[in-house]
Amino acid sequence: MASRLQALWGWFDTRMPSVAEQWKIHASEYYAPKNFNFWYFFGSLALLVLVIQIVSGIFLTMNYKPDANLAFGSVEYIMRDVPGGWLIRYIHSTGASAFFIVVYLHMFRAMLYGSYREPRELVWIFGVLIYLTLMGEAFFGYLLPWGQMSYWGAQVIVNLFGTVPFIGPDLALWIRGDYVVSDATLNRFFALHVIALPLVLLGLVVAHLLALHDVGSNNPDGVEIKKLKGPDGRPLDGIPFHPYYTVKDLVGAIVFLAIFCLVMFFVPEMGGYFLEHNNFVPADPLKTPEHIAPVWYFTPYYSILRAVPPLFNSQFPGVLAMGIATLILFFLPWLDRSPVKSIRYRGPLYKGWLAAFVVVFLVLGYLGTAPTTVWGQFPVREGSLFDAILDTKDVATWVARVCTVVYFLFFILMPWYTARDRVLPVPERVTV
Amino acid sequence: MKNILLALLLAPLTVLAASGGPRLDRSPHDPRDLTSVQSGARTYVNYCIGCHSLQYMRYDSLTELGLSEAQVKDNLMFTADKVGEPMKGPLDAKAAKVWFGVVPPDLSVIARVRGADWLYTYLRTFYRDPKSATGWNNAVFPNVAMPHALWTLQGERGLEEKTHKLTELSKGSQSATEYDATVRDLVNFLVYASEPAAARRKAIGIAVLFALGVLFIFAYLLKKEFWKDVK
Repeated sequence: MASRLQALWGWFDTRMPSVAEQWKIHASEYYAPKNFNFWYFFGSLALLVLVIQIVSGIFLTMNYKPDANLAFGSVEYIMRDVPGGWLIRYIHSTGASAFFIVVYLHMFRAMLYGSYREPRELVWIFGVLIYLTLMGEAFFGYLLPWGQMSYWGAQVIVNLFGTVPFIGPDLALWIRGDYVVSDATLNRFFALHVIALPLVLLGLVVAHLLALHDVGSNNPDGVEIKKLKGPDGRPLDGIPFHPYYTVKDLVGAIVFLAIFCLVMFFVPEMGGYFLEHNNFVPADPLKTPEHIAPVWYFTPYYSILRAVPPLFNSQFPGVLAMGIATLILFFLPWLDRSPVKSIRYRGPLYKGWLAAFVVVFLVLGYLGTAPTTVWGQFPVREGSLFDAILDTKDVATWVARVCTVVYFLFFILMPWYTARDRVLPVPERVTV
Repeated sequence: MKNILLALLLAPLTVLAASGGPRLDRSPHDPRDLTSVQSGARTYVNYCIGCHSLQYMRYDSLTELGLSEAQVKDNLMFTADKVGEPMKGPLDAKAAKVWFGVVPPDLSVIARVRGADWLYTYLRTFYRDPKSATGWNNAVFPNVAMPHALWTLQGERGLEEKTHKLTELSKGSQSATEYDATVRDLVNFLVYASEPAAARRKAIGIAVLFALGVLFIFAYLLKKEFWKDVK
């Protein structure tokens, strides 16, 4: 039997040797630093979630109806009448949030250890493109259940494009395919969600991995393992990805799946953060919900949008700020002027700014889920000077404004504080 | 610093707990109590389905509550001929719009929208209000278009202007405790109807987590074995 299989493989290998070659390049002879820590699980986990989403998505598509009159009911049909349908649906809805959790942690890892720095700028750029595509994918997908939040969330986001000077209204109309979010919008969002963006996403993931495997992985010490090679030409601090990291990532994947299942089987709504309560009300174009909140993974940017005051009655400055807040990530490799990559050898300035960035990102994220009145109002006396100056007395809005400023200062001041920071000497080889 | 971070992380929870509206009573329903869910189903088909459909539920799904198809057919099925049919009410949407100003919503997933506590409180806080079109009003849903459908059970109550307390005007066929139990069962049924797979979901979840736990042990040992020689 074994020799039969070997013969079959031999037959295959002589006709298509590139399979074995690719396996070597990307797994059995891809040398990864041996000192990967906890933060290095999230890359392979992101790939795992991508597969989960694609497979569960295929099965959902078999029963979902992209039709304004049928969509909401077809989701309930999946939840009740399709055997195992509820499981597939919860896998997909939990997977959406899990994707962002994993990707946010993966990106934070890059910021901790300077993984975006030379020579990995392209890896980072492809990564940011994946992140932006993922946001689009999540946004289009969120309309499909056709609940109130789906509908009004889409309405709000599409209207953002309507604020662009001159071409705005036409642009919004072009995106919707109608004057309001309607069946036409649902159909095109469905097409974009199930085929267009997944294709883009897959292509970008391939590019991300190819670029990474060309330059090699960074590590928690931020030293280049390719600089020191043994007589056999292998990096001294490198170990083959397969089997070392495949077995290690397997452990990570199982722990991740356990947490994933804990949420999916016991709290699939996650207290209204993963599945919003109001989204169990069918979309009603005539009834605007009192409080429209996007899903949690968009809320930091939604907060920035709301924090920026309108100019000449146009919300465009807020939209612009939101856009820049995401696009500024592309420039990170060139904004960072530190002589060292890893947080381990950086000084207090960078550590302080990074901590501030994390705090404001979380605060903005939380505030985006809540109405602006959530923290009450400043006790400003009516008719006083402050009463005349302040455009809003909502405490939350002002906190969001301060956080927005800090968010941008983290990037804008980065060339200055990273270059001036006190740094520690970086070792020759990785530390374990 | 750590305390501040912790406070920031926990902030969303405290605010969620404190988010506006009248204080709700905690619903005492127990989804594992199938008799209670069955009783709730009976109340629903007798008092509610006339106006509120459960269009995503099928009558035969009630067999999952430990009832036979014959029992469902004989006792609970007033609006359909076959057990495979959806639990749709007889109300004409256009007529309802004229009568109530709004079409009574389908309640298939209402428990996922409002939550059990809200439903439990709402169904127990109707009061007489001569100013409203139906003669009824509600403490957690002011100026609701729905009249008190269960008033023959609970009796009539009025709102005292000064104290904002509900006082009894006339007795119903049930005592206060009996009525609370009726509402508890009804809420229990609505929670069930909003996600019939919930019980199975949790049962499977435990098995899956156990399997992952076993898998983890082997994967961990495998990893340890491979990494022995990495210095």
